[in-house]
Amino acid sequence: MISLSSTDAATAATARLVETRRRAGHGLGKRTAVLGAVALAIAAGGCISVKAPDKPIVIELNVNIRQEVVYRLAEDAGNTIQSNPDIF
Amino acid sequence: MFRLTNDRLRRRLTLGVSAVVAAALGLSGTVAAQGRNPAYDTARRSGLVGERMDGYLGYVGSPPADLRGVVEDINIKRKAVYAEKAKANSATLEEYALTAGCLAIARTSPGEKYQAPDGSWQTRGDDPPVRDRRCP
Repeated sequence: MISLSSTDAATAATARLVETRRRAGHGLGKRTAVLGAVALAIAAGGCISVKAPDKPIVIELNVNIRQEVVYRLAEDAGNTIQSNPDIF
Repeated sequence: MFRLTNDRLRRRLTLGVSAVVAAALGLSGTVAAQGRNPAYDTARRSGLVGERMDGYLGYVGSPPADLRGVVEDINIKRKAVYAEKAKANSATLEEYALTAGCLAIARTSPGEKYQAPDGSWQTRGDDPPVRDRRCP
């Protein structure tokens, strides 16, 4: 008999799986070992990966301004710049 | 020589005055076309100030003290123009300023600085500048 010394659920589940297979006459097998290891890792760790986002960073300037407004004002703004060459 | 009648005299005077006025306007037009403050123009070309996304001039790095006044004066004037034009176009000042910023960045010459969408300063090359996705 196997005594469960750990209260960790994954460890317990893995141990039960091993025990069941042993009783059924099976060996552990590679797959069981891998599954057991993964279960332990997930339970023990919680994987935290830190890496830079794939998309380029964009500063959302005035998020509420819609493109259609910018297009509408474009012609007038162009004229304004032409008419005020000292400040542009 | 012939005697100028009142009619001819008037016409000649008008022509003469018009020529003088036209010349004066033409001259002032040339000056206005490059009407930038020389300090601003120099700073712009050397990349000390650049065009920000939001339609105003920004400092690239730490500005020399004598440049601050010039740049702030220009930004104040820009803001006044934006306010007036925005109202005339039924838009907010920010909308107009952002639109002007799009166009001002497009107008930068190679070697000048502009602000990219990620906030960083970029040097204008021969390629079109990288701008906000809303820019026309």
